[in-house]
Order: sequence, then structure tokens, then C-alpha cells
Amino acid sequence: MNQLDLAIGSVISMSATSTPDAPTFVAKTKGGRITNFVDERVGGSGILREFGRKVFPDHWSFMFGEVALYSFVILLLSGTFLTFFFDPSMAETHYQGSYTPLKNVEMSVAYNSSLNISFDVRGGLFMRQVHHWSALLFVASVSVHMLRVFFTGAFRKPREMNWVVGGVLLILSMAAGFTGYSLPDDLLSGNGLRIIDGVIKSIPVIGTYISFFLFGGEFPGTVIIGRLYMLHILLVPALILLMIVLHLFMVVVHKHTQYPGPGRNDGNVVGYPLGPVYAAKAGGFFFIVFGVIALMAGFFTINPIWNYGPYDPSPVSAGTQPDWYIGFVDGALRLMPGIIGDWRVEQVWFGQVFTFNVLLPALVPAGILFTVLFTYPWIERWITKDNREHHVLDRPRNAPTRTAIGMAGFVWYCVMWAAAGSDLIATHFHVSLNDVTYWLRALFFIGPVIAFIVTKRVALALQRKDREIALHGRETGRIVRLPHGEFIEVHAPLDEYKRYKLVGFESPSPLPAQPNEHGVVDRKEKRRAKLSQWFFEDRVAPATPAELAAAHGHHGEHEAIDSGASQKTLSH
Amino acid sequence: MKALSQKRRHPLAAIALLLMGLLVTGGLYAVATTVNQAKATTSFSANDAEEGKKLFEANCATCHGMGASGSPAGPSLVGVGAAAVDFQVGTGRMPMQMNAPQAPKKPVQFNEEQTNQLAAYVASLGPGPSIPEAGVLDGQGDAAKGGELFRVNCAMCHNAAAAGGALTRGKFAPALGDVTSKHIYEAMVTGPQNMPVFSDANLSPEGKRDIITFLKQIEANGSPGGADLGSLGPVSEGLFVWIAGLGVIIAFTIWLTSRTS
Repeated sequence: MNQLDLAIGSVISMSATSTPDAPTFVAKTKGGRITNFVDERVGGSGILREFGRKVFPDHWSFMFGEVALYSFVILLLSGTFLTFFFDPSMAETHYQGSYTPLKNVEMSVAYNSSLNISFDVRGGLFMRQVHHWSALLFVASVSVHMLRVFFTGAFRKPREMNWVVGGVLLILSMAAGFTGYSLPDDLLSGNGLRIIDGVIKSIPVIGTYISFFLFGGEFPGTVIIGRLYMLHILLVPALILLMIVLHLFMVVVHKHTQYPGPGRNDGNVVGYPLGPVYAAKAGGFFFIVFGVIALMAGFFTINPIWNYGPYDPSPVSAGTQPDWYIGFVDGALRLMPGIIGDWRVEQVWFGQVFTFNVLLPALVPAGILFTVLFTYPWIERWITKDNREHHVLDRPRNAPTRTAIGMAGFVWYCVMWAAAGSDLIATHFHVSLNDVTYWLRALFFIGPVIAFIVTKRVALALQRKDREIALHGRETGRIVRLPHGEFIEVHAPLDEYKRYKLVGFESPSPLPAQPNEHGVVDRKEKRRAKLSQWFFEDRVAPATPAELAAAHGHHGEHEAIDSGASQKTLSH
Repeated sequence: MKALSQKRRHPLAAIALLLMGLLVTGGLYAVATTVNQAKATTSFSANDAEEGKKLFEANCATCHGMGASGSPAGPSLVGVGAAAVDFQVGTGRMPMQMNAPQAPKKPVQFNEEQTNQLAAYVASLGPGPSIPEAGVLDGQGDAAKGGELFRVNCAMCHNAAAAGGALTRGKFAPALGDVTSKHIYEAMVTGPQNMPVFSDANLSPEGKRDIITFLKQIEANGSPGGADLGSLGPVSEGLFVWIAGLGVIIAFTIWLTSRTS
């Protein structure tokens, strides 16, 4: 405590002693002197003061990025432990460890060392499970974070580039996950690699060459585990770290967004300063995340590699799936038919085999998803011609078309995702696997359309409800009979803070085509105007002050009646 | 020898050779395919078959026909052997409750004695795989070898951890936990429903014993890493991290941010 006081004392002294001949601050204790020594050379207190006063708005949905960051730290820690014992060699050996069902079985050194980590290294299985669970949580929290950013419109100016960095982080986290998934060289991960090999080979003309370069010959070869290991522990984490630094740097530059509320606007940030409470909370939250992951790792098994056995290209186990984040690609592969009508999807043109039944589902949905994801901020900016800075978020209902687009994409993703578990859906719900596939194929096309329409309608309905509540107050459920026999329900007026939330948003109307500098409305601009019409035509305008005042007068009447009624009750 | 070499250009030599070849191949094949029936150890009395016939006519003949010769509703059972009856009736799959893509396991309808009598009757109709002897069911084989055989021959339908899997059009490969060694063996030799037959020629009795040893051992081992989430692989893991993992984290975020507002 004393030392802390001294540290603060030194902060004051530093800001006061900018001239060399001013009396220097001498701390009383040893700790204080050391702190002062470091501070005079590094200027830590200045940095601390600047960062400590950074204001962060408080909302639970703002914490997924933190969850992602913390899971990444846990990944680095547990991963380092695993590297001490893992050997990424594909040389052949015979298992001599303590798991008897695999005794003397021929396997790669990589699988052997993964088994040893699981059964013969103290705490190894726990660390493996910590690593794998936090990997799943890492990608999940990155995804939820991106969904939050999308649906609240936080990607708008000035944050478009940070959105792109976030998208790159999502792809990198998937790459980190996939390279790690393949390392134990068990049957499951080998099957996963085999699918990747198949996808690569389906690329016309160059596919087989790329596959041979990657695997150092015909699949599976003897080098792939070592190469993936290097990517997994060196290149991909380094890139992720770089992107995290960029991402956080931009967060500091842009400041954090905030939800709409009284006193909040695009020129301020309402929240708590980083130091000391917010920093303590964030630090504590790291241990909460670590604790949750540790509990999962302690009580729930993940990737039981000993069940799958060593990789051998001949067997394929039922229930072979990738980890969840690659699931949508696997699902798309499962949904793709090999023959459409009479047309075989695999074709031989100019003496080359074009395996479209693998190439299309493996690359097209993911391609569309990520292209739209990366370009969406610019698409919306072009349609709306909105070039202003936004620091106040949209409630999802107040941007119905954007929310509907997001939900359409989300449902599309989920259909493919579900398809990756089609066999388990069939066995667990006692339905035919074929029917599951047919339904999901249909939903692949109509699911996003239904989601778009339903979401937009729901968003508009919620806006109407908000408008109704803003104008007429909350229904109390109290029914009052007037002297002339009429029954009315008493509406309680909202307080100003709650009402602000319901009326304080923008509801742009469609922007007609604008002539360019030559006074011409070109075709592109006409197209933009049409999209703007589509984007904004269905709108529920927030209640205006005039409408509110009118409704309020009406309210006063109700209240008078209300009080009159209660007086009457008293007089009885 | 000289006489033989002199006659080698005889017009009938080729035919004789062909005949000899066919005889040898056919003979070897006959020996190989009857390996299954060679070990009929469970002996049935004539009375068993007699009682079995009565039970069969009352309970099974509707679909399988009188004399088990089959009908449009059910296949002929001549030559399926006692093992098939013991498996189908002993696991409750037969009598079938309703027409479905596959007869599921359900509470057993006949007691052990009746099952035996039915098996005796069907076995009396024609030679087929018999109920296995205890020696191959003892679970004392080589689990590691059994594991390899299981992954190569069984895992594509039954899942590497024997958790079961889906087949086409509503059919499925069941999970193998809680299945007795005898029934596993019988399923391998008779190939019930959609399962292929693993005759002794392509999977030796020792191999079958190893597979049973492996299955019993992984069942007894349990899950070293904690709750196994159904041994269903990454799908249940993904579901778990999204619902339980992220759910708990979200509960904490709400708790952390609600104190200040």
C-alpha cells in the first residue's frame, strides 16, 4: 500500500519536474526508489496516465473480443507446454506407452508423442484439453465478436479497416485451428487432411502440382506434419499477434463505440476509465476465462485421439468431422450432389478432369462468405452514401435491412454447418440421412431468403412497438372504468432516459439518384438509388418531438383521470 | 510319368485338366466356406427343435412362412443358422415391431430357453453358423490387434469409438456399448440387416476374438479425459463449446458489466 502511494507520488513528481534543476523526488522506501528509477527512464507513468484514462463503455456484448484475446493467451501458454513434448516426425515407430489397446501398434512418431502427452506426461492430457478447448473457444469468441460488430453497425466509418483486420484474424484463427487439428496424426485428423488434399487436387490444372508440393509427394507422404507444425507454432501465431497489435492499436485510435443512450453521441465516449476499476475487471476476467476453460478441460474430454488410432489412408471412421469452424466447408461438400439431373458434375474437358463436385462446394460458399464479409462496409457505404463518422451503435432493429442481410448470411452459414453433422442428425432424431440432405439442400437456397424476410419484418415490428411505447407509455395492465362507463387501460409514461433510447436513432429514407459533377445521372448511380430504395423503403420513423408532445398531452388526460379515479377509490 | 507325358497332347487332355482344376477349386471353396459350420458346439436335442417349430409357427411364420421358407414379407431362414436366430431374437430385434428401414434393438420377447428352441429349429432346417463357443468370447485376445481390425473393418459404420453411425435412408449402425460378446460375434458371422458377413475366411475366429477384446477393453477403460460427450467427435465438442462454454462466459460478462450500471 505504502509502495503504491509512493508510486503515485513519483507520478506527480515527474510531471512537476520537467526542468533539470528542480528538486528531484526521492522515495522513502526501496520499492519506491526502484519504481522511481524505472519511471524516470521509461516514462511508464505517462503511458499509464494516458491509457488509464481511456474510457470504455460497459456492456456485456463488448467483451467477446476480450474473450478471444484471453483464449489466445491461454493458447500460447498451453501450446508452449505441448511443444516441450510433441515430436512432429512422421517416422514409423511402435507404441510402447501405457495405453494398452494400442500397445505395439505401428504409428508415426507424432502420434506416439501425442499419446505420450496424453498418458505418460504429468498433466499432459489436461494441457492438451486446455489447448484444444481454448482453440474452439477462441474461434467461437472471434465469430461472436464479429457478429456483434456487424449487427450493431460498428464497422462503419472510421472502423472499416479494423473490420477487415478482424476478418483476417478470423481466417488466421481458422488456419491456426486447422493446422493444429492435423498435428496428432490420428485417424480423424488424417481424414481431415485427406479432404484438404482432395480439395487441392480438384483445382483444375495446377491442383495436383500444389498437392505434391505441399505433401512432398503423394498424400500422405512423410513431411506434412512437420510443415504444418512450423506453420502452427511459428508463422500463424506470429501473424495473429501482429494482427492483434494492429487491431488493438486501431481500437485505441478510434476509441470504443457505445450503445445509444442519453448523453451519448458521436463526439464522446461514456463509460469507465481503464484504470483502476476497468483494468482490474479485465484482469480478473482473464482468470474467469482461464477458469472456465480449465474446468471444461478437467471434466470434458476433447479429441480423444486414442479412440481414433494411428492414421492409415484406408480406414475412414463414421462420425468423421472437422472442428466446428471448418464444419461449414465440410457441410457444403456433403450437400453437393455428384449428378444434377443427367449432368455429371465431374467433367473431362480438354483431357483434364474438372471435379466441380468438390471444387464448387469447397471454395464457392467460403469465397462468397468472406468476400461479402470483407466488402460489406464499403457496399453499405456506397448504397447509403453515408460518409460520416459513427461512434454510437445501431440497435439491430433500427437498421432492419442490414440486420436482415446479416441473418440471411448467418442462416446460410448455419445450414452448411448443420450439414456437417447430417449423419448425427439422422441417427439422433431417427430420420433418414437422405432426407436430412434433401432438406438442407433446399434450405441452402431458401433458408437465407426466409431469414431475410422474417428478420426484416421482426425488426420493423419491434421498431413499431418501440414507437408505440415512446408515444403512449408502458401498458400497466390496470383497467379503469370512467364515470360514463368507458374502460381504459392506464399507460405509465416512460422516464426520459428510457424514452431517449426508443426515439434517439436515425431512420434514413431512400436516397434518390444524384447527378454527378456533369449533371448526369449515370447507370451506376441509378443502380445505387435502387439499392438505396431497397435498403430503406420499409422504415418506421422514430417519434418526433411534436408527436411526443401531442401524445403527452393525451397522457396528461389519462393521468388526471387516473388520479381522479384513485381519489374516488379513497373516498369510498 | 512317361505315359502321362505322352498323353499330354491327347484331345481330351485339356478337358481333363479343366475338370481337375474345377474340382480342386470347388473342393477348397467348400472346405473354406464350411469352416463356420464346422464348430457346432451347442448341441440341441430333438425336443428343442420340436418346441422351436411350435414357437416359430406361432410367432415368426406370419412373415417368414411355414417351414421358414420365406414370404413377400420376410426372407427365408433356411441355412441362416442358430447364430442368426440367437442374435436377432436374443437382442429383441425379432419379432419385428413394425416395418421400418431397420429393426432396432428392443426388450427381448422370448426367454433364453425359448430362444434356444427357436435356434434349434432353424438350425435343423439347413446348415449355418452356430452359436459361438465360449473360447472366442473370453475377451482374452490381443486388444491392439483387435483395434486395428476394428478400424479397418468396422469403424466406417460403427465409428472408431464404437459409438454408432448413420447409413442411408434411415438405416444405421448401432453403438456397440452394452452389446454382449456373444451377440457381437454372432453379428459378425451372420451379418444381420445391413451388416456384411465376416466369415471365418476373411476374419478368423482369433481376429473376431481380438475385436471383442478391444471393444470390451475400451468399454471398461471408460473415458480417460473426462465425460466423453457421447464419443461423437468434433460435432458434440463444437456444440458443447458453443452452448456450455460460451454460455457460461456470457453469464460472466453479464455479471461483470451489470454491477456498474
